[in-house]
Amino acid sequence: MSGDTANETGAIRAAELAARTSYGRLVAYLASRSRDVTSAEDALDDAFVAALEAWPRTGVPDKPEAWLLAVARRRLIDAARHASVEAGAAEPLRALVEEAEHDATMTTAFPDERLKLLFVCAHPAIDEAVRTPLMLQTVLGLDAARIASAFLVTGATMGQRLVRAKAKIRDAGIRFAIPERHELPSRLAAVLEAIYAAYGSGWEDVAGADPRRRGLAEEAIWLGRLVAGLLPDEQEGDGLLALMLHCEARRAARRDDAGRYVPLDRQDVARWSRPMINEAEERLAAASRAGQPGRFQLEAAIQSVHAHRAVTGHTDWEAIALLYEGLIRVAPTIGAVVGHAAALAEARGSATGLDALRAIPPEAMASYQPYWALRAHLLRALGQASEAREAYERAVSLSEDAAVREFLVGRSLERA
Amino acid sequence: MKYTILVYETPAELGARTDAARKDAYWGAYRAYTKALADAGIMVGGAGLQPPHLATTLRQHGGKRQVQDGPYAEAKEQLGGYYVIDVPDLDKALDWAARCPAASTGAVEVRPNLPM
Repeated sequence: MSGDTANETGAIRAAELAARTSYGRLVAYLASRSRDVTSAEDALDDAFVAALEAWPRTGVPDKPEAWLLAVARRRLIDAARHASVEAGAAEPLRALVEEAEHDATMTTAFPDERLKLLFVCAHPAIDEAVRTPLMLQTVLGLDAARIASAFLVTGATMGQRLVRAKAKIRDAGIRFAIPERHELPSRLAAVLEAIYAAYGSGWEDVAGADPRRRGLAEEAIWLGRLVAGLLPDEQEGDGLLALMLHCEARRAARRDDAGRYVPLDRQDVARWSRPMINEAEERLAAASRAGQPGRFQLEAAIQSVHAHRAVTGHTDWEAIALLYEGLIRVAPTIGAVVGHAAALAEARGSATGLDALRAIPPEAMASYQPYWALRAHLLRALGQASEAREAYERAVSLSEDAAVREFLVGRSLERA
Repeated sequence: MKYTILVYETPAELGARTDAARKDAYWGAYRAYTKALADAGIMVGGAGLQPPHLATTLRQHGGKRQVQDGPYAEAKEQLGGYYVIDVPDLDKALDWAARCPAASTGAVEVRPNLPM
């Protein structure tokens, strides 16, 4: 390898590392000054291009982030000067120019504004469907095509939604700020839900068989750690992180060696990740010390009971049923009601579980796969073969994952 | 930043304007709201509008004038008035919009004004 090539490789690696570790911090910092996410991203993209050009010649600077920030700011200032008097854009940019002139050599650490950016992405004035993609793009720097494939839309469609959302942030004057105390719980819930949606994307395609469904689990856990770290006093952040870690710990156990789907109660606990379970338990324990159980803490606690099977060899279904009762009180979703029914069935028999399922209104269950899978399972256990078969068919037709379909077909053929 | 709060009122609310039993409460609420905006020093302008049955909608497509009796959009809630306010950001605008009497019965829409 010639010296030039080695330099170049080193520079590319340094740029990539800087991109991964500081992209979100740089976007957040620049955008929080201008409210303009798009121009912050564009300026930063230019700065990375400039880095790839300059660093092989000059060597990687001592503070790559500061270097990138300085270049990006110059680009923003140039853009502001060239902008024909589109007053809306020029106004916030002026702040950047003034700041840069006061502090032309920004070598010291700059503030971490990523939390503000997360609150902007999950602002109630932003369409709920675009909040998760917006976070993934602005905080993690994922490109629209990658995000689009996880959410099963075309890259062009996703790109358009993101552009529209960023224009709204800028033109509707959404503030980069941590919400005030009285608003914080509800605003944080929106941030956490958007992160959890990223985790859930591609959840069913555990084996990664379909590259289009490649999920964003790692990215979501990264965002979860970020929020939990930046808002240490908010227990729900730790609760969400614990929940995601518990689920992630079981990824390898969700398929057997032949690639077949394995339901939680039949998973081989030896295939669960102990370090992830331990971290999840620590996070949950820390969160629950405050004594304010919220939705994510309760969901994590349910997963924690499941995780105990690795130690005790059995599952405490009464405890799970009780936690689901609590969950239904704070977040009455159809998922919680179905989970509660499943736990009751295990703890007190299939008939009790089936009774609990009757609480779900017909319109809510029509296209909800877990409802039909559980109903089929319970009817079969109660010897109601023909009704069970109908429910299995419905569950199969609603499953997106081939391995889950095969599992359900297999179950429907088993004897009660 | 300047924002316009568009006040969409239900037929019942619009009826309250002239209903002997309800009009004092109706006008009292809007007078108090308008005064609060003025006292906060953020009121730029605004107007209350006569009810939609007094509206006339006009189109001049292809040079041909077409005039129609009634409001532009037939909807349950109708535009009853608007306020223009000047506040630092959308959250502040939404906080003020939430206090508008129509927010709890009809709906209020908040839009940033075009910069001029």
